[in-house]
Amino acid sequence: MRKISFSQAINEALHQILEKDNRVILIGQGVTSPWYVGSTTVGLISRFGPERVIDTPVSENGTTGVAIGAALAGMHPILVFPRMDFMYYALDQIANHAANWHYMFGGQLSVPLTIWTIINRGGEQAAQHSQALQAIFTHIPGLKVVIPSTPYDAKGLLVASIEDDNPVVYVDDRWLYPLIGEVPEELDSVPIGKGVIRREGKDVTVIATSYLVPEAMEAAENLEKGNINIEVVDLRSLKPLDEELLFESVKKTGRVVIADGGWKTCGIAAEISALIVEKSFKYLKTAIRRVSLPDTPAPASSALERIYYPRAKDITSAVKQALEV
Amino acid sequence: MNNKRSKLVINKVGEDISPMALRAMYVTMLRIRKAEEKIADLLQPDPEIKCPVHLYIGQEAVAAGVCANLHTDDYVFSTHRSHGHYIAKGGAMKELMAELYGRATGCSRGRGGSMHLASVDVGLPGSSAIVAGTIPIAVGAALAFSLQRRDTVSVVFFGDGAVNEGIWYESLNLAALKKLPVVFVCENNLYSTHMPIVTCLSDINIAKKAEIFNMPGIQIDGNNVVEVFLAAKGAIERARSGTGPTLIECLTYRWRGHVGRDYDLDKGLRSKEELDYWMGRCPIKKLEKFLLDRSIMSESEKNQIHNNIEKEIEEAIVFAKESPYPDESKLLSNVFKS
Repeated sequence: MRKISFSQAINEALHQILEKDNRVILIGQGVTSPWYVGSTTVGLISRFGPERVIDTPVSENGTTGVAIGAALAGMHPILVFPRMDFMYYALDQIANHAANWHYMFGGQLSVPLTIWTIINRGGEQAAQHSQALQAIFTHIPGLKVVIPSTPYDAKGLLVASIEDDNPVVYVDDRWLYPLIGEVPEELDSVPIGKGVIRREGKDVTVIATSYLVPEAMEAAENLEKGNINIEVVDLRSLKPLDEELLFESVKKTGRVVIADGGWKTCGIAAEISALIVEKSFKYLKTAIRRVSLPDTPAPASSALERIYYPRAKDITSAVKQALEV
Repeated sequence: MNNKRSKLVINKVGEDISPMALRAMYVTMLRIRKAEEKIADLLQPDPEIKCPVHLYIGQEAVAAGVCANLHTDDYVFSTHRSHGHYIAKGGAMKELMAELYGRATGCSRGRGGSMHLASVDVGLPGSSAIVAGTIPIAVGAALAFSLQRRDTVSVVFFGDGAVNEGIWYESLNLAALKKLPVVFVCENNLYSTHMPIVTCLSDINIAKKAEIFNMPGIQIDGNNVVEVFLAAKGAIERARSGTGPTLIECLTYRWRGHVGRDYDLDKGLRSKEELDYWMGRCPIKKLEKFLLDRSIMSESEKNQIHNNIEKEIEEAIVFAKESPYPDESKLLSNVFKS
């Protein structure tokens, strides 16, 4: 299979789905900008025009409502947040409206909306341009949440999100954009709700999301040199969650490290940890370890950023703790 | 309000508005009024209806006058005070009552209650209890209609309180910017829950705010159904023809308090004089007198209309009470569409 980058995979998915399905529109801040959303929208405006590629004023909540209304009237909009931080402005429309609409009207209406949101950590952007808020959206009933870590899934999960009849929060991370990997040329989807084992192992299960999946793979390489063999599980979907896949792996290793790039308290790692304790406690040989952000806003200075964001070495040391070595 | 102007408008019956249309609006207003008076009775002393209910009594001319101009496939978006919009757009009385009783046969299958009415088949894709919540959603539906090259329009009702929300500005700007087929209908009933409008808005002329979006804004007597009908007609034609959105501010008054059956007089929120003044400007009585004076409706026809509506409401309540509650096993269903 040919190889392209994570950001090219997103761009290709957008080109192909806009071409295939005239219900799809792209709406949000910066979609006609060559740099705002990291080259992922290159060529869309010239190919599909301003009617379907709609750059909007800075009206996050209003624009989100517009996308919801368009979805109710038969479109499949992709709504873009070039920084995940800007979603706070739109929480009302996302949580009170998009998420509730199907249930609140007894299943008669649905909101087929893809909320594509980009984590843009690093680069000294500080507390308001770096946030990873996947836990907030995973908490809310009625929203699906996906978080790809490979170019293959970046394309496949984006396609699946757009084809889904529900609001789906599609979380990507700019740190992954240069990552190169195999991606099918055709318009193919990856099922929402299915995790994947990236590397089989027997000693410790490392459950990871987004950029911490490649970091976990790097940790696995390093640990192998010391004859420690870890299994890397990529969640891919936070809701619905592939619980069976997790429990199978926990059953095999009995030791768990969870790596997620959001905050620790009430975060994704906390939720996964609770689930494993509830449903697979008897297989656990030791306490579960979490690798996540400290409960601190993102700092600006790169001197602090270096220690703020978890990396492969943090996963390595958590694995060693889990093995009590 | 300018009475002279209202009278002039009324004189245009036969030109801009047919006697049949007037009669139909009378029936719509009366259906809303009688349904809500019945609902108010059911809220005490041992309430049969348990969900919070925001009554529309006094404002009927707005829903009736606007919706009389709409087709079934035009969309209407509503608020927490949604019974009037639901009935005027063509929602079934039985399903309304069943929803208020929390039954599985309700228009929202017992999942929404009074504040969340929908009627998909008649173009009411939802009501939100978050103030101003459906305003951008209506704009988005209009965007879809425009992209789909349909000549349908989207109408959103909201109260004066919604004008205090930031999303009101975002939505009107986006609609005007893209010249979308949407009509913004503000029902200015002078109160935002317990707060008088003068304690909420630095400038209480809401229609005037349309100017900042380069959008037409008109202020009308919301208790004169003919005036509402004609203003909405113009705005809807404008939207349908692709000329863009309009803001219509309808000056009106809710007789009951913000929520429930009380009049909010005992709470010291407003005066008896003010309520009496507005009850004296009853939109239904005004039209009824006109229809009788002009022999558009006879006294016996009037009685027949009243009887039919009362019967319809009684039957709807029987239907609601005899309907099953939602099945407990379905509590977790319909979080996602499968």
